[in-house]
Amino acid sequence: MNKAKINDFVIRFANVNGTGSASANALFMKSIFRMGIPVTPKNIFPSNIQGLPTWYEVRVSEKGYLGRREGIDFMVCVNPQSMSEDVESVRKGGYFLYDNSKPLHEQYIREDINYIGIPLMELSNNAFTDPRLRQLFKNIIYVGALSAFLDIEFDVLVSMLGEQFKGKEKLIEPNIKALKLGVDYVHKNFEYPLDIRVERRDAVGEKIMLDGNTACALGAIYGGATVAAWYPITPSTSVVDAFTKYAKTLRVDKETGKNNFAIVQAEDELAAIGMVIGANWNGARSFTATSGPGVSLMNEFLGLAYFAEIPTVLINVQRTGPSTGMPTRTQQSDILEAAYASHGDTKHILLFPASPDECFEMTAESFDLAEQFQTPVILMTDLDLGMNDHVSDPLKWDDKRQYDHGKVLSAEELDKLENYGRYQDTDGDGVPYRTIPGTHETKGAFVTRGTSRNEQAVYTEDGDAYKRNVDRLIKKWNTVKTRVPEPEFFQEKNESKNGVLFFGTSAYAAEEAIELIEAEGLELDAMRVKAFPFGRSFEDFIDSHEKVFVIEQNRDAQFRSLMLIELGTNPEKLISVLNYDGTPITADNILNQIKSGLEE
Amino acid sequence: MSYVRSTFRHPNLPRNDLGFTVDYYEGSLSTLCAGCGHDSITASIAQACFELNIEPHKVAKLSGIGCSSKTPAYFLSNSHGFNSVHGRMPSIATGANLANRDLIYLGISGDGDTASIGMGQFVHVIRRNLNMVYIVMNNGCYGLTKGQDSATADVGSKNKSGNINIYETIDLASLAIELGATFVGQSFSGDKDQLTPLIKAAMNHPGFAFLNIISPCVTFNNNAGSTKSYDYVREHIEATATVDFVPIRKEIKTEYEKGTIQVIKMHDGSEMRLNKLAEDWDPSDKFSAINAMQNAKSRDEILTGLLYMNPECDDLHELLETNEKPLNSLSKADLCPGAEVLKEINESFG
Ligand SMILES: Cc1ncc(C[n+]2csc(CCOP(=O)(O)OP(=O)(O)O)c2C)c(N)n1
Ligand code: SF4
Ligand SMILES: [Mg+2]
Repeated sequence: MNKAKINDFVIRFANVNGTGSASANALFMKSIFRMGIPVTPKNIFPSNIQGLPTWYEVRVSEKGYLGRREGIDFMVCVNPQSMSEDVESVRKGGYFLYDNSKPLHEQYIREDINYIGIPLMELSNNAFTDPRLRQLFKNIIYVGALSAFLDIEFDVLVSMLGEQFKGKEKLIEPNIKALKLGVDYVHKNFEYPLDIRVERRDAVGEKIMLDGNTACALGAIYGGATVAAWYPITPSTSVVDAFTKYAKTLRVDKETGKNNFAIVQAEDELAAIGMVIGANWNGARSFTATSGPGVSLMNEFLGLAYFAEIPTVLINVQRTGPSTGMPTRTQQSDILEAAYASHGDTKHILLFPASPDECFEMTAESFDLAEQFQTPVILMTDLDLGMNDHVSDPLKWDDKRQYDHGKVLSAEELDKLENYGRYQDTDGDGVPYRTIPGTHETKGAFVTRGTSRNEQAVYTEDGDAYKRNVDRLIKKWNTVKTRVPEPEFFQEKNESKNGVLFFGTSAYAAEEAIELIEAEGLELDAMRVKAFPFGRSFEDFIDSHEKVFVIEQNRDAQFRSLMLIELGTNPEKLISVLNYDGTPITADNILNQIKSGLEE
Repeated sequence: MSYVRSTFRHPNLPRNDLGFTVDYYEGSLSTLCAGCGHDSITASIAQACFELNIEPHKVAKLSGIGCSSKTPAYFLSNSHGFNSVHGRMPSIATGANLANRDLIYLGISGDGDTASIGMGQFVHVIRRNLNMVYIVMNNGCYGLTKGQDSATADVGSKNKSGNINIYETIDLASLAIELGATFVGQSFSGDKDQLTPLIKAAMNHPGFAFLNIISPCVTFNNNAGSTKSYDYVREHIEATATVDFVPIRKEIKTEYEKGTIQVIKMHDGSEMRLNKLAEDWDPSDKFSAINAMQNAKSRDEILTGLLYMNPECDDLHELLETNEKPLNSLSKADLCPGAEVLKEINESFG
């Protein structure tokens, strides 16, 4: 037997989708969080509504490692379809819980793991009559059994059921009954608790647990977005769902009962981004949320917003491409497509949140950046961050914070102006002054266009005027570099010989991998990138290291390419650490790739 | 260039209630071909705004791409315009309108811009009853890309290069009625007397107002054999009614024969007076409108004038129950729930 693993193990549930396992599994996960122990759940689900295998993986880590870890210590298998694969995935000495209402086929027997048979179906059928409830409570019974095996406090489970069924109290009773069926069965038939188990700690403090999409939606509410236009696509759908939910409570005018928001489910992503651009052009903060296929469709409009200089906020919850790819799996593979979306010389501001609190903060900030620089801002999250729950710092908002609308001229300011030119670089920072339609009777009106124009916004095909304009856009781009969020550095000074950089959800596993590397006596400076374009401190980091490992979750090392294009970095210096199988990158994977990179 | 605009202004040009002369409603000089139908429509729009005493800065002009979509630069120079991308004007208009419900939205499109690349957005903006005027300057061809047939070219119509269209035509006005547009009219760029009041009524309509205006392309589709040429249209035009738009509190000047007048009350109390020419046609009845159009078509005639309207309709803002105050005028105090509320939200995720 391996030694006891208190508050440090991975448990995986193999279910059939559409059978109500999601809420039971979440109940299990959250009860551990409530016991003060950090947990990270990952949903590995099919692009399908009912009948296909789905997995839910929970990592319990007292040390607070929130990335995925390889190797399953405990498998709860209630899906015969995936059984052989599920048996295989258990670590030596680990546990395999299955429904023994029917005997286990010989082919699934391994000598080196422990089997726990519980007649889930039978227990449920004997206790409940409604066929749908029998199915649902089978899941609750195994949660009960797990609570006995893993020492989860029963009171915590009960109080969570109370919260879950607030207003539907009738449902609490049968759920508790189902939990107890599981507990009692374990008490009668097995030794418990196991060596793998939990113990109450105070390791989560103030932290909360939520998914990135909800956090983005709240960021949009707090950031003052009034118009949301979207077209449904996994994994971004829940951004606008959550925005709708919160807007309906937080954004209704107290006096009139009318909405201080408008949400339109558009006919496609082209229309969605068009509406966002129209609303922003007219002075309302507006956003859309989509994923790769949607960004592809939005390309033409993104180029318009870049060239005509219209604030635009786009939340891109990345999934596995190319094409429809694996719609319910994660990746960071839209980096280049987003950075240079649209034809011609275009580039866009990208923000890379790595946690729900950062999704909140960066979404709110993206409205400021978009208005300050009158250009698209693309928030690059992914399915892992967007749809999975994450332990996160609480969302923070300072009431003193004001919305920065950038350079917008009021009627009074227009009155004072001798001559106004929409595309004039008055301040020398490349950022011109905007006017909002309807502001002034006789001043400040112009035709916004995707065609070339002079400083006065008058159409022209004069090459010099065109060049002046696009060169000013580069000047603006250079100003942007000084204003986007700085990277996070994990050391005071860049002193190690080699460095590692990462962004977005790779951060969870990367931070753990760095600790593992340091434990082996190796040294690495680390940088978590938060934005594109890259600023001075980013370049300094690259310049001060011999080798830089670039961790990213795509096949083609897109972020590395971005560095080569934008900074002209020596390619030999940049060593890729990649993961692109659709599951979140693990610390072990990073560790191995970095170690072999250091040996070369 | 259509014409060189003289800077001389007659000192006695009539002024409207705001004290503006019609040239105040013009824009920069047109760069379209001399005789292009689009320029006449532009002039009618300026005239309509002049007659309606509209403050130009309260209008937003939106368009897609094409010769037609260039025209927002040629009228209302004190209005903001947005010459966007090909076929996507409706989405820009939707976003703009959601941001500020207090402006008048004037969308200009072409038959290529609307009936082909932009068909999806056209169809959906109608469903939403966005409060806007949507004008298609319909020449049956892609003017700006040198005259290819568009989806509104009639079967058998011949274009300048001799190509005969073999595909079924899309009748945008019928389609708009079918989809629930709440105001639909059809007109001809060469019939200013019909067009100007129709535009005025459309601008006063509290929902989606669609005008399909035949607007010959003199350069690529004005030849013999084309059903969108000036000659053909003049010969085949038929009108539902003569239209007079009467704003609130205005005297009615025109004298009509008794019994032929149908008065439609508009949302704000103004009136649309129709001197009906077509039999069996009632503008408040969809079926009779579609019927009248089909009948005209079977006689190879183009039915123009007001076709259908429903002045009692809910526009997108009413459907979405948005604040009367424009969304773009709301401040942080209206929009941001604040730190205290966020604390509660955080607790809900504990
Ligand atoms: C995405 C895209 N495809 C093609 C074009 C080229 N293009 C410009 S205008 C036009 C057709 C315009 O036809 P219509 O809307 O009827 O306008 P008209 O010029 O006839 O007034 C086309 C195909 C474009 N600008 N954008
Ligand atoms: S090409 Fe045709 S549509 Fe374009 S400006 Fe000339 S006449 Fe008008
Ligand atoms: Mg055309």
